[in-house]
Amino acid sequence: MKFVAKAIFLTSILGLAACTDAGRFGDDVYLNGGGAGVAGSADDPTSPLYFQQAVGDRVFFAVDQSTLSGDAQLTLDGQAEWMMTNTDYTAIIEGHADEQGTREYNLALGARRANAVQEYLISRGVAPNRLKVVSYGKERPIEICSQEACYSKNRRAVTILSAGLSS
Amino acid sequence: MMKRLLTLLAALMALSLPVSAQNGPLRIEITEGVIEPLPFAAPGFVPESGAARQLAQDIAQVVAEDLAGTGLFRQIPDSAFISQISSFSSPVQFADWKAINAQALITGAVDLQAGGRLVVKFRLYDVFAGQELGQGLQFAGTRDGWRRMAHKVADAVYSRITGEGGYFDSRVVYVSETGPKSDRKKRLAIMDYDGANVQYLTDSSSIVLAPRFSPTGDRILYTSYETGFPRIYLLDVASVRRRVLEDQEGTMSFAPRFSPDGQTVVYSVTRGGNTDIFRMNVATGQTKRLTSAPSIETAPSFSPDGSQIVFESDRSGTQQLYIMDANGGEPRRISFGKGRYGTPVWSPRGDMIAFTKQSKGRFHIGVMRTDGSEERLLTASFLDEGPTWSPNGRVIMFTRETQGAGGEASLYSVDISGRNLKRVKTEGGASDPSWSPLQN
Repeated sequence: MKFVAKAIFLTSILGLAACTDAGRFGDDVYLNGGGAGVAGSADDPTSPLYFQQAVGDRVFFAVDQSTLSGDAQLTLDGQAEWMMTNTDYTAIIEGHADEQGTREYNLALGARRANAVQEYLISRGVAPNRLKVVSYGKERPIEICSQEACYSKNRRAVTILSAGLSS
Repeated sequence: MMKRLLTLLAALMALSLPVSAQNGPLRIEITEGVIEPLPFAAPGFVPESGAARQLAQDIAQVVAEDLAGTGLFRQIPDSAFISQISSFSSPVQFADWKAINAQALITGAVDLQAGGRLVVKFRLYDVFAGQELGQGLQFAGTRDGWRRMAHKVADAVYSRITGEGGYFDSRVVYVSETGPKSDRKKRLAIMDYDGANVQYLTDSSSIVLAPRFSPTGDRILYTSYETGFPRIYLLDVASVRRRVLEDQEGTMSFAPRFSPDGQTVVYSVTRGGNTDIFRMNVATGQTKRLTSAPSIETAPSFSPDGSQIVFESDRSGTQQLYIMDANGGEPRRISFGKGRYGTPVWSPRGDMIAFTKQSKGRFHIGVMRTDGSEERLLTASFLDEGPTWSPNGRVIMFTRETQGAGGEASLYSVDISGRNLKRVKTEGGASDPSWSPLQN
């Protein structure tokens, strides 16, 4: 090892700042997201609450799969029928994964699941421009235990209705 | 908006003329074998003014913590000292330090001058050779920058003794996590490598994921759900201004990383449920598709020479690691072990790939050669993922998440030998670390 004997001058400027910016989630009004405050009455078949509870707003997937089961297809048949009847609504399909996977892969896997639902709804007659997809990967679990009982609920695609918008 | 500007002027000067000609016995060869930590003494630095008394103690302590924290050095407690260092320039009584088996002795002095200028000097002694190792150095800066000056002293000591670059004067950008697992709030934060000086770069109104430093540490790429959909953003660290990098309707973009020259970003885009890898010229916005397969291709990372990209793909049926040319082309698979491999990151030296492995319900951080040989798993837990390399390629930091309803994410670091696993101090939960280069 050798050491340089001459003086060396180093200058560095560090600028660090933090700023806040009000968060937004587009201009959409989410009607059945999160369960609370879903509009309408469960007895009214045209209400988003009916869609969420009676039709079923979500389908579930096997580990690392995006194939729609028979049960899932039945639920989606109902979703498609509802959307064909209630044409004022658009929807965002959220794909989710359980926590047993790496973050990036789970984002991609959730997208596969959301896409499988979107394609199925389109195949049942829902106009493509009424559907959007997004994946949350493992970022938004519904159940939080670390067992299959919870994982199976988290491997899901949820159809979130949105009113008064068409793209 | 909160703004803070820290200016640091560091001056290195030779303080003494004699050059240590040989390494002598004071040398750690960092190998894969078992290492007996090298004992060192770091008496409190000598305050050269009354105002510097506390800083002199604090700086010596940070230096000692940096060194002992590597697992390669062991600090001898002050209570064992036979002689004290009361003057920076007095001759060292080597016999007194030999007697307590201090192989290295670090002495220093701290002066807080008028106007808030802080001056830190240090010398490193090879006690058994009875001489200095390298020359005394002096750093000058503002009082606010005292921790950085301590880290620079420790980097110099580490470097002289191991012959490798240091990593203490570096930062980590990560995702700070609060709130329950079902409603986790995430925001970008930046801190010193040891957890000090935390600053938040975003608020928690949108999910943010996987920040990545630019090669010079001045910019950060990350993914945010600000628009409701995952999009890649580019944030300037100094101004905290950000802009969206990739914003195609009907797509999601995520998993960005810089090229070694900082001019290109490689990332993945999901369209119609299919995820592929793209590259973008940051200045022009021009993009190029690098993979085109119905499988998931994501988590790309450049080789340090910029010629190749390692990434993960499930084209074989499970997540595995592949390397392709930086302009695309036919990839070659490098991982063949049992289990799933993801989040590959090329080492700064270019010879290794760090990755996350899932096998039999456990997660591991591991390393392998770039041809897939010599795979070694460094950790095992319920959930370890997302490795990032220290600037010198000796240490890997990653996310560890505990299981169950109360599960929380923390940052951990481990030596690439698999030793010295430890938690990195953070306020609350933390995930997705990205280690900066060594600061100037």
